Amino acid sequence: MAPAGPRSGDAIFASVERVNAELFTLTYGAIVRQLLTDLEEVDEVNKQLDQMGYNIGIRLVDEFLAKSNVSRCVDFKETAEVIAKVGFKMFLGVGASVTNWDAEGTCCSIVLEDNPLVDFVELPDTCQGLYYCNVLSGVIRGALEMVSVPSCASLSLVFSSSS
Amino acid sequence: MIGASKIKQYSNVLEKPLSKGKQEVSLSAFAFLFSELVQYNQTQVDNIAELERRLEDAGYAVGARCLELLCHREKCVMFMPFWLSQGNRRETRLLGILSFVHSTVWKVLFGKVADSLEKGTEHEDEYMISEKELLVNRFISIPKDMGTFNCGAFVAGIVRGVLDSAGFPAVVTAHFVPMEGQQRPRTTILIKFAEEVLRREARLG
Repeated sequence: MAPAGPRSGDAIFASVERVNAELFTLTYGAIVRQLLTDLEEVDEVNKQLDQMGYNIGIRLVDEFLAKSNVSRCVDFKETAEVIAKVGFKMFLGVGASVTNWDAEGTCCSIVLEDNPLVDFVELPDTCQGLYYCNVLSGVIRGALEMVSVPSCASLSLVFSSSS
Repeated sequence: MIGASKIKQYSNVLEKPLSKGKQEVSLSAFAFLFSELVQYNQTQVDNIAELERRLEDAGYAVGARCLELLCHREKCVMFMPFWLSQGNRRETRLLGILSFVHSTVWKVLFGKVADSLEKGTEHEDEYMISEKELLVNRFISIPKDMGTFNCGAFVAGIVRGVLDSAGFPAVVTAHFVPMEGQQRPRTTILIKFAEEVLRREARLG
Protein backbone atom coordinates (compact mmCIF):
# COMPACT_ATOMS: atom_id res chain seq x y z
CA MET A 1 0.00 0.00 0.00
CA ALA A 2 2.60 2.54 1.06
CA PRO A 3 5.86 2.84 -0.86
CA ALA A 4 9.00 1.65 0.90
CA GLY A 5 9.63 4.36 3.46
CA PRO A 6 6.83 4.86 5.92
CA ARG A 7 6.25 1.67 7.94
CA SER A 8 2.86 0.46 9.01
CA GLY A 9 1.83 0.72 12.63
CA ASP A 10 1.62 -3.05 12.93
CA ALA A 11 5.15 -3.57 11.64
CA ILE A 12 6.61 -1.03 14.03
CA PHE A 13 4.68 -2.38 16.98
CA ALA A 14 5.96 -5.86 16.22
CA SER A 15 9.52 -4.60 16.15
CA VAL A 16 9.60 -2.56 19.37
CA GLU A 17 10.00 -3.93 22.85
CA ARG A 18 6.66 -4.41 24.53
CA VAL A 19 5.35 -4.73 28.05
CA ASN A 20 2.19 -6.18 29.49
CA ALA A 21 -0.66 -3.76 28.95
CA GLU A 22 -1.99 -4.42 32.43
CA LEU A 23 1.11 -2.99 34.07
CA PHE A 24 0.54 0.09 31.94
CA THR A 25 -3.16 0.24 32.78
CA LEU A 26 -2.63 -0.19 36.52
CA THR A 27 0.20 2.35 36.60
CA TYR A 28 -1.99 4.89 34.84
CA GLY A 29 -4.76 4.18 37.31
CA ALA A 30 -2.34 4.77 40.16
CA ILE A 31 -1.36 8.12 38.63
CA VAL A 32 -4.96 9.27 38.26
CA ARG A 33 -5.73 8.17 41.81
CA GLN A 34 -2.75 10.12 43.14
CA LEU A 35 -3.84 13.21 41.24
CA LEU A 36 -7.39 12.94 42.52
CA THR A 37 -6.14 12.61 46.08
CA ASP A 38 -3.75 15.54 45.76
CA LEU A 39 -5.77 17.94 43.68
CA GLU A 40 -9.32 16.93 44.56
CA GLU A 41 -10.86 19.17 41.88
CA VAL A 42 -11.76 17.25 38.74
CA ASP A 43 -10.86 20.23 36.54
CA GLU A 44 -7.43 20.48 38.10
CA VAL A 45 -6.85 16.80 37.51
CA ASN A 46 -7.91 17.18 33.88
CA LYS A 47 -5.43 20.01 33.45
CA GLN A 48 -2.63 18.08 35.15
CA LEU A 49 -3.27 15.01 33.01
CA ASP A 50 -3.18 17.17 29.92
CA GLN A 51 0.10 18.73 31.06
CA MET A 52 1.61 15.31 31.72
CA GLY A 53 0.50 14.21 28.31
CA TYR A 54 2.04 17.32 26.80
CA ASN A 55 5.38 16.55 28.46
CA ILE A 56 5.21 13.04 27.10
CA GLY A 57 4.15 14.17 23.65
CA ILE A 58 7.03 16.55 23.07
CA ARG A 59 9.48 13.69 23.56
CA LEU A 60 7.36 10.94 22.12
CA VAL A 61 7.18 12.64 18.75
CA ASP A 62 10.94 12.17 18.29
CA GLU A 63 10.63 8.47 18.74
CA PHE A 64 7.59 8.40 16.53
CA LEU A 65 9.35 10.16 13.68
CA ALA A 66 12.48 8.07 14.06
CA LYS A 67 10.71 4.73 14.05
CA SER A 68 7.90 5.33 11.62
CA ASN A 69 9.74 7.03 8.79
CA VAL A 70 6.66 8.97 7.75
CA SER A 71 7.14 11.72 5.26
CA ARG A 72 5.87 15.21 5.86
CA CYS A 73 2.07 15.27 5.98
CA VAL A 74 0.42 17.40 3.35
CA ASP A 75 -2.58 18.53 5.32
CA PHE A 76 -4.32 18.07 8.62
CA LYS A 77 -6.44 15.22 7.29
CA GLU A 78 -3.33 13.21 6.55
CA THR A 79 -1.85 14.14 9.92
CA ALA A 80 -4.91 12.83 11.72
CA GLU A 81 -4.84 9.61 9.74
CA VAL A 82 -1.18 9.06 10.54
CA ILE A 83 -1.77 9.69 14.24
CA ALA A 84 -4.67 7.29 14.31
CA LYS A 85 -3.23 4.51 12.18
CA VAL A 86 0.47 4.63 12.96
CA GLY A 87 0.88 6.57 16.18
CA PHE A 88 -1.67 4.84 18.36
CA LYS A 89 -0.77 1.47 16.94
CA MET A 90 2.94 1.71 17.56
CA PHE A 91 2.66 2.93 21.15
CA LEU A 92 -0.56 1.47 22.48
CA GLY A 93 -0.92 -1.47 20.14
CA VAL A 94 -4.45 -0.50 19.24
CA GLY A 95 -5.82 0.93 16.04
CA ALA A 96 -7.88 4.06 15.90
CA SER A 97 -10.09 5.61 13.27
CA VAL A 98 -10.76 9.19 12.30
CA THR A 99 -14.35 10.40 12.04
CA ASN A 100 -16.50 13.46 12.43
CA TRP A 101 -14.70 15.85 10.19
CA ASP A 102 -16.10 19.34 10.27
CA ALA A 103 -16.79 21.43 7.18
CA GLU A 104 -13.43 23.20 7.07
CA GLY A 105 -11.44 20.06 7.80
CA THR A 106 -9.89 21.52 10.92
CA CYS A 107 -11.58 19.42 13.55
CA CYS A 108 -12.06 15.70 13.86
CA SER A 109 -12.59 12.87 16.29
CA ILE A 110 -10.21 10.00 16.74
CA VAL A 111 -12.05 6.94 17.98
CA LEU A 112 -10.22 4.19 19.85
CA GLU A 113 -11.90 0.84 19.69
CA ASP A 114 -10.02 -0.70 22.54
CA ASN A 115 -8.30 1.64 24.94
CA PRO A 116 -5.75 -0.04 27.22
CA LEU A 117 -5.88 2.91 29.62
CA VAL A 118 -9.43 2.22 30.68
CA ASP A 119 -9.41 -1.51 31.29
CA PHE A 120 -11.08 -2.31 34.60
CA VAL A 121 -11.99 1.34 35.13
CA GLU A 122 -15.34 2.64 36.25
CA LEU A 123 -15.78 6.25 37.27
CA PRO A 124 -17.69 6.88 40.47
CA ASP A 125 -20.40 9.53 40.56
CA THR A 126 -18.10 11.94 42.34
CA CYS A 127 -15.79 11.98 39.34
CA GLN A 128 -18.18 12.68 36.52
CA GLY A 129 -16.55 15.30 34.37
CA LEU A 130 -13.15 13.69 34.75
CA TYR A 131 -11.53 13.16 31.36
CA TYR A 132 -9.87 9.95 32.42
CA CYS A 133 -7.80 9.66 29.24
CA ASN A 134 -6.90 13.30 29.03
CA VAL A 135 -3.24 12.34 28.97
CA LEU A 136 -3.78 11.16 25.41
CA SER A 137 -5.01 14.52 24.23
CA GLY A 138 -2.00 16.12 25.89
CA VAL A 139 0.30 13.72 24.09
CA ILE A 140 -1.18 14.59 20.72
CA ARG A 141 -1.12 18.30 21.46
CA GLY A 142 2.54 18.14 22.50
CA ALA A 143 3.53 16.02 19.56
CA LEU A 144 1.80 18.26 17.05
CA GLU A 145 3.28 21.37 18.56
CA MET A 146 6.77 19.96 18.15
CA VAL A 147 6.22 19.41 14.46
CA SER A 148 4.82 22.88 14.04
CA VAL A 149 1.21 22.02 13.51
CA PRO A 150 -0.66 24.74 15.35
CA SER A 151 -3.35 22.88 17.19
CA CYS A 152 -6.19 24.36 19.14
CA ALA A 153 -5.53 24.81 22.83
CA SER A 154 -8.36 22.62 23.99
CA LEU A 155 -8.00 19.40 22.16
CA SER A 156 -10.50 17.04 23.64
CA LEU A 157 -10.74 13.51 22.37
CA VAL A 158 -13.81 11.38 22.63
CA PHE A 159 -13.17 7.73 23.25
CA SER A 160 -15.79 5.12 22.85
CA SER A 161 -14.93 1.56 23.65
CA SER A 162 -17.15 -1.01 22.10
CA SER A 163 -16.93 -4.12 24.19
CA MET B 1 -15.68 11.31 27.99
CA ILE B 2 -15.57 8.03 29.79
CA GLY B 3 -18.48 7.71 32.14
CA ALA B 4 -20.75 9.99 30.20
CA SER B 5 -21.27 7.67 27.27
CA LYS B 6 -24.66 6.04 27.15
CA ILE B 7 -23.66 3.48 24.56
CA LYS B 8 -21.93 1.14 27.00
CA GLN B 9 -22.71 -2.45 26.39
CA TYR B 10 -22.16 -3.48 29.97
CA SER B 11 -23.76 -1.49 32.73
CA ASN B 12 -21.00 -2.40 35.12
CA VAL B 13 -17.30 -2.90 34.53
CA LEU B 14 -17.42 -6.03 36.71
CA GLU B 15 -19.78 -7.72 34.27
CA LYS B 16 -17.35 -7.38 31.40
CA PRO B 17 -15.57 -10.67 30.73
CA LEU B 18 -11.99 -10.77 31.94
CA SER B 19 -9.46 -10.51 29.15
CA LYS B 20 -6.71 -13.08 28.72
CA GLY B 21 -4.07 -10.57 29.68
CA LYS B 22 -2.07 -10.95 26.52
CA GLN B 23 -2.48 -7.39 25.30
CA GLU B 24 0.70 -5.38 25.12
CA VAL B 25 1.78 -1.79 24.79
CA SER B 26 5.15 -0.51 23.72
CA LEU B 27 7.89 -0.26 26.33
CA SER B 28 8.39 3.40 25.51
CA ALA B 29 4.75 4.18 26.26
CA PHE B 30 5.20 2.68 29.71
CA ALA B 31 8.57 4.35 30.20
CA PHE B 32 7.14 7.77 29.33
CA LEU B 33 4.21 7.24 31.67
CA PHE B 34 6.44 6.11 34.51
CA SER B 35 8.75 9.08 34.04
CA GLU B 36 5.75 11.41 34.33
CA LEU B 37 4.72 9.63 37.52
CA VAL B 38 8.16 10.21 39.02
CA GLN B 39 8.39 13.79 37.80
CA TYR B 40 4.95 14.65 39.15
CA ASN B 41 5.81 13.20 42.54
CA GLN B 42 9.08 15.10 42.62
CA THR B 43 7.09 18.33 42.53
CA GLN B 44 4.97 17.23 45.46
CA VAL B 45 7.68 16.36 47.96
CA ASP B 46 10.57 17.98 49.81
CA ASN B 47 12.83 15.03 50.35
CA ILE B 48 13.88 11.66 48.98
CA ALA B 49 12.19 9.56 51.65
CA GLU B 50 8.86 11.17 50.90
CA LEU B 51 9.34 10.57 47.16
CA GLU B 52 10.10 6.91 47.77
CA ARG B 53 7.04 6.61 49.98
CA ARG B 54 4.78 8.11 47.31
CA LEU B 55 6.15 5.82 44.63
CA GLU B 56 5.67 2.88 46.93
CA ASP B 57 2.08 3.88 47.59
CA ALA B 58 1.43 4.07 43.87
CA GLY B 59 2.97 0.63 43.48
CA TYR B 60 0.93 -0.74 46.38
CA ALA B 61 -2.28 0.00 44.52
CA VAL B 62 -0.93 -1.76 41.44
CA GLY B 63 0.17 -4.79 43.45
CA ALA B 64 -3.13 -5.28 45.23
CA ARG B 65 -5.03 -5.21 41.95
CA CYS B 66 -2.48 -7.39 40.25
CA LEU B 67 -2.96 -10.14 42.82
CA GLU B 68 -6.73 -10.09 42.38
CA LEU B 69 -6.38 -10.16 38.64
CA LEU B 70 -3.93 -13.05 38.60
CA CYS B 71 -5.99 -15.06 41.02
CA HIS B 72 -9.20 -14.62 39.10
CA ARG B 73 -7.49 -15.36 35.87
CA GLU B 74 -5.91 -18.59 37.07
CA LYS B 75 -9.20 -19.73 38.57
CA CYS B 76 -7.73 -19.39 42.02
CA VAL B 77 -10.19 -19.96 44.81
CA MET B 78 -8.90 -17.05 46.84
CA PHE B 79 -12.23 -16.26 48.36
CA MET B 80 -13.66 -19.77 48.82
CA PRO B 81 -11.24 -21.35 51.25
CA PHE B 82 -12.95 -24.72 51.54
CA TRP B 83 -12.86 -25.57 47.86
CA LEU B 84 -10.00 -26.77 45.77
CA SER B 85 -9.79 -26.11 42.06
CA GLN B 86 -7.64 -27.34 39.24
CA GLY B 87 -6.04 -23.94 39.14
CA ASN B 88 -3.78 -22.36 41.67
CA ARG B 89 -4.55 -22.74 45.28
CA ARG B 90 -4.39 -19.87 47.65
CA GLU B 91 -0.88 -19.45 48.95
CA THR B 92 -0.68 -19.84 52.70
CA ARG B 93 3.01 -20.56 53.14
CA LEU B 94 5.83 -18.08 53.05
CA LEU B 95 7.89 -19.79 50.39
CA GLY B 96 4.76 -20.31 48.36
CA ILE B 97 3.86 -16.66 48.21
CA LEU B 98 7.48 -15.66 47.66
CA SER B 99 7.85 -17.92 44.70
CA PHE B 100 4.47 -16.69 43.42
CA VAL B 101 5.84 -13.14 43.48
CA HIS B 102 9.23 -14.13 42.11
CA SER B 103 7.83 -16.15 39.22
CA THR B 104 4.20 -15.52 38.37
CA VAL B 105 3.87 -11.86 39.26
CA TRP B 106 7.22 -10.95 37.72
CA LYS B 107 6.45 -12.94 34.58
CA VAL B 108 3.11 -11.24 34.09
CA LEU B 109 4.27 -7.70 34.82
CA PHE B 110 7.80 -7.71 33.46
CA GLY B 111 7.82 -10.57 30.98
CA LYS B 112 10.40 -12.69 32.80
CA VAL B 113 10.90 -14.30 36.20
CA ALA B 114 13.01 -12.36 38.65
CA ASP B 115 16.72 -13.06 38.56
CA SER B 116 16.97 -14.52 42.02
CA LEU B 117 15.20 -15.11 45.30
CA GLU B 118 17.35 -15.37 48.40
CA LYS B 119 16.87 -15.66 52.11
CA GLY B 120 18.60 -13.04 54.18
CA THR B 121 21.53 -14.34 56.20
CA GLU B 122 21.41 -11.83 59.01
CA HIS B 123 17.73 -11.94 59.91
CA GLU B 124 15.15 -14.69 59.87
CA ASP B 125 12.43 -12.48 58.48
CA GLU B 126 14.27 -11.06 55.48
CA TYR B 127 14.14 -12.22 51.92
CA MET B 128 15.54 -10.64 48.79
CA ILE B 129 14.41 -10.64 45.20
CA SER B 130 17.12 -9.41 42.88
CA GLU B 131 17.02 -8.13 39.37
CA LYS B 132 19.93 -7.05 37.23
CA GLU B 133 17.97 -4.18 35.74
CA LEU B 134 14.42 -3.44 36.79
CA LEU B 135 12.14 -2.61 33.91
CA VAL B 136 11.15 0.66 35.51
CA ASN B 137 14.79 1.73 35.90
CA ARG B 138 15.76 0.99 32.30
CA PHE B 139 15.73 4.58 31.15
CA ILE B 140 16.37 6.28 34.46
CA SER B 141 19.65 7.50 35.85
CA ILE B 142 19.80 8.90 39.35
CA PRO B 143 21.70 12.16 39.83
CA LYS B 144 24.47 12.05 42.46
CA ASP B 145 22.72 14.47 44.78
CA MET B 146 19.79 12.11 45.19
CA GLY B 147 21.95 9.60 46.99
CA THR B 148 20.47 6.18 47.34
CA PHE B 149 17.09 6.93 45.81
CA ASN B 150 15.76 4.11 43.66
CA CYS B 151 12.73 4.30 41.42
CA GLY B 152 12.42 0.61 42.11
CA ALA B 153 10.47 1.83 45.12
CA PHE B 154 7.52 1.54 42.77
CA VAL B 155 8.22 -2.16 42.30
CA ALA B 156 8.78 -2.54 46.04
CA GLY B 157 5.31 -1.09 46.44
CA ILE B 158 3.90 -3.60 43.98
CA VAL B 159 5.45 -6.46 45.96
CA ARG B 160 4.15 -5.02 49.21
CA GLY B 161 0.69 -4.72 47.68
CA VAL B 162 0.70 -8.35 46.56
CA LEU B 163 2.01 -9.65 49.89
CA ASP B 164 -0.32 -7.53 51.98
CA SER B 165 -3.40 -8.54 50.02
CA ALA B 166 -2.38 -12.18 50.26
CA GLY B 167 -2.17 -11.96 54.04
CA PHE B 168 1.59 -11.57 54.44
CA PRO B 169 2.19 -8.05 55.74
CA ALA B 170 5.75 -6.92 55.16
CA VAL B 171 7.99 -3.91 54.79
CA VAL B 172 9.44 -3.88 51.30
CA THR B 173 12.20 -1.62 50.06
CA ALA B 174 14.34 -1.36 46.96
CA HIS B 175 18.12 -0.99 47.05
CA PHE B 176 20.92 -0.63 44.60
CA VAL B 177 23.69 -3.15 45.02
CA PRO B 178 26.85 -2.31 43.08
CA MET B 179 28.22 -5.28 41.17
CA GLU B 180 31.81 -6.05 40.36
CA GLY B 181 32.71 -5.29 36.80
CA GLN B 182 29.31 -3.87 35.89
CA GLN B 183 28.49 -0.29 35.23
CA ARG B 184 24.92 -0.33 36.45
CA PRO B 185 24.22 -1.67 39.92
CA ARG B 186 21.87 -4.55 40.53
CA THR B 187 18.56 -3.83 42.25
CA THR B 188 17.49 -5.82 45.27
CA ILE B 189 13.97 -5.79 46.64
CA LEU B 190 14.29 -6.42 50.37
CA ILE B 191 11.24 -7.98 52.01
CA LYS B 192 10.99 -7.92 55.78
CA PHE B 193 7.98 -9.86 56.99
CA ALA B 194 5.95 -8.82 60.01
CA GLU B 195 6.15 -10.77 63.28
CA GLU B 196 2.73 -12.32 62.83
CA VAL B 197 3.73 -13.88 59.52
CA LEU B 198 6.71 -15.64 61.04
CA ARG B 199 4.70 -16.79 64.05
CA ARG B 200 2.04 -18.20 61.77
CA GLU B 201 4.65 -19.87 59.61
CA ALA B 202 6.24 -21.48 62.65
CA ARG B 203 2.84 -22.70 63.84
CA LEU B 204 2.11 -24.26 60.47
CA GLY B 205 5.31 -26.23 60.79
